[in-house]
Amino acid sequence: MVDATQTATAPLDPVAAPVRSEGYWRSVWRRLRRDKVAMTAGGVLLFILSLAVFAPWIAPQDPLHGTMLMRLRPIGTEGHILGTDELGRDMLSRLIWGGRLSLLMGVTPVIFAFFIGSAIGITAGYAGGIVNTLIMRTVDVFYAFPSVLLAVALSGALGAGLGNALLSLTVVFIPPIARVAESVTTRLRSSDFIEAARASGASALTIVRVHVLGNVLGPIFVYATSLIAVSMILASGLSFLGLGVRPPNPEWGLMLNTLRTAIYVQPWVAALPGMMIFAVSISFNLLSDGLRSAMEVRA
Amino acid sequence: MLSYALRRIIYTAPVLLGVAVVCFALVHLAPGDPLISILPADASVELEERLRALYGFDRSYVEQFFLWLGRALQGDLGTSIASGRPVTTEVFRAVGNTLTLAAVATLIGFVLGCLFGFVAGYFANSPADKAASAAAVFGVSVPHYWLGMVLVIIFSAQLGWLPATGAGPGGSAQWRFDAEHLSYMILPALTMSVIPMGIIARTVRALVADILAQEFVIGLRARGLSEFGVFLHVVKNTAPTALAVMGVQLGYLLGGSILIETVFSWPGTGLLLNSAIFQRDLPLLQGTILVLALFFVILNLVVDVLQTALDPRIRR
Repeated sequence: MVDATQTATAPLDPVAAPVRSEGYWRSVWRRLRRDKVAMTAGGVLLFILSLAVFAPWIAPQDPLHGTMLMRLRPIGTEGHILGTDELGRDMLSRLIWGGRLSLLMGVTPVIFAFFIGSAIGITAGYAGGIVNTLIMRTVDVFYAFPSVLLAVALSGALGAGLGNALLSLTVVFIPPIARVAESVTTRLRSSDFIEAARASGASALTIVRVHVLGNVLGPIFVYATSLIAVSMILASGLSFLGLGVRPPNPEWGLMLNTLRTAIYVQPWVAALPGMMIFAVSISFNLLSDGLRSAMEVRA
Repeated sequence: MLSYALRRIIYTAPVLLGVAVVCFALVHLAPGDPLISILPADASVELEERLRALYGFDRSYVEQFFLWLGRALQGDLGTSIASGRPVTTEVFRAVGNTLTLAAVATLIGFVLGCLFGFVAGYFANSPADKAASAAAVFGVSVPHYWLGMVLVIIFSAQLGWLPATGAGPGGSAQWRFDAEHLSYMILPALTMSVIPMGIIARTVRALVADILAQEFVIGLRARGLSEFGVFLHVVKNTAPTALAVMGVQLGYLLGGSILIETVFSWPGTGLLLNSAIFQRDLPLLQGTILVLALFFVILNLVVDVLQTALDPRIRR
């Protein structure tokens, strides 16, 4: 609030007429737009996302019902352009519908973890001292488990199911996000303008809301986007193990699992769902790389 | 140096305690009565009470935790519900197989990752850099369980060159370093190696590009040191970090092998976890996770201390 009133009352200098500088996010977008790789990745993601959203109108057939007479047909079969699965269901339709659950399972945990982890990390970083030590040592305990192991352990103990898988993945991604949030906040905490705000009597909540959040959320956000790729692989991995989505619902990891026995009959049909997971995960990685360089290099 | 190592070990103790708490809590996270899976459906109330007391489920959580921890410290992780054998025996039989696979995979990943990383860092922004960097992105983005399936499709189903599942001929569960067993390891190890390959390649590329831009390299070249001599200096500067990343990756693979072991039916801790989960064998689940997490924590500790010892630039 302090700097806002100052700018408002400051007399305008007519000589140095302020050239309205381009907004930060606008300049990020301008740089990102020039990054061909990141834009292609974004395009692929947008395409797969719209397939999933508009699945009821796009998918040519029912993803849940097929006929056993048409089971495990190869790619290029008439009426089933990508073949059929072990129960005779149309693969193309299942891949399109599968995006809904797969993307939901991959993206939601990171979004939840982004909010919870940021809150934890910023609190620890801004409070410092004993609060910081307590919070960060607790976070360290969860760091002591490799992410795959923690996800499998939690959802294995809680039992299979979409909700439990989402919960376990959220728990997996909170510690890394909290760590990044803590380290950027700690670095920011000692800067002069925070010191000035504190000296002028602003409360901790005001300082965090006005001065800290705007400066730390960007880096945390970029880090979180890089986690989505991992989350996609892990989420589908849980379904692949039978711990996530239950059949007959279409989900790429689960489809990969049920088609595993068919690799000697229709190998390339069996491999299709994994290609979707791969496409989404590599696109998120490339987009996140692009975003990182677009946000860090200030023009 | 010694004081640093000591401090680091003391610092690890509370983390280990936390790990034990989490592993203990896993069983109590599970929905339903923990007795349900061992109790026969028509059990009398007396039998139920006796079993409850025998397993200690009638005590408070804190009491139960310390009893469990005390036994665990003596190497007793309870009895597997499904097999009736001690959990410790089951886990340690499996952990050797996982360790072998993870170590070979990390080694492959390290060699390839360094190769790609050095090429990319030395020839930054050249087509070679682009190709090596693409390989790195591939490594960190590919769902490895799917890659495993694709390799099985190509090399087992289509070409018939390599066995698709298992760790040895005739369902052998005991790993040996002979030609026959090795043929069973090629596919799972290659599949597993893509993750450390990608991460090490990225790390090494950044390091090499950074080192080459430093003034001491220009100085070395100006004094007429051969390109190979310069290369040796770069290697020396890269090694501590690259080795540390490799150590941490080994830990990740040990804990994260469940997906790959499931694809290849590799008789390690991952397969053990898988069966523990689906037979609701909670003591086995708890024990396996505890052992893997302990390995991970200790490995991280060793890597940290070794890196400090190796790298004269780190003075703590």
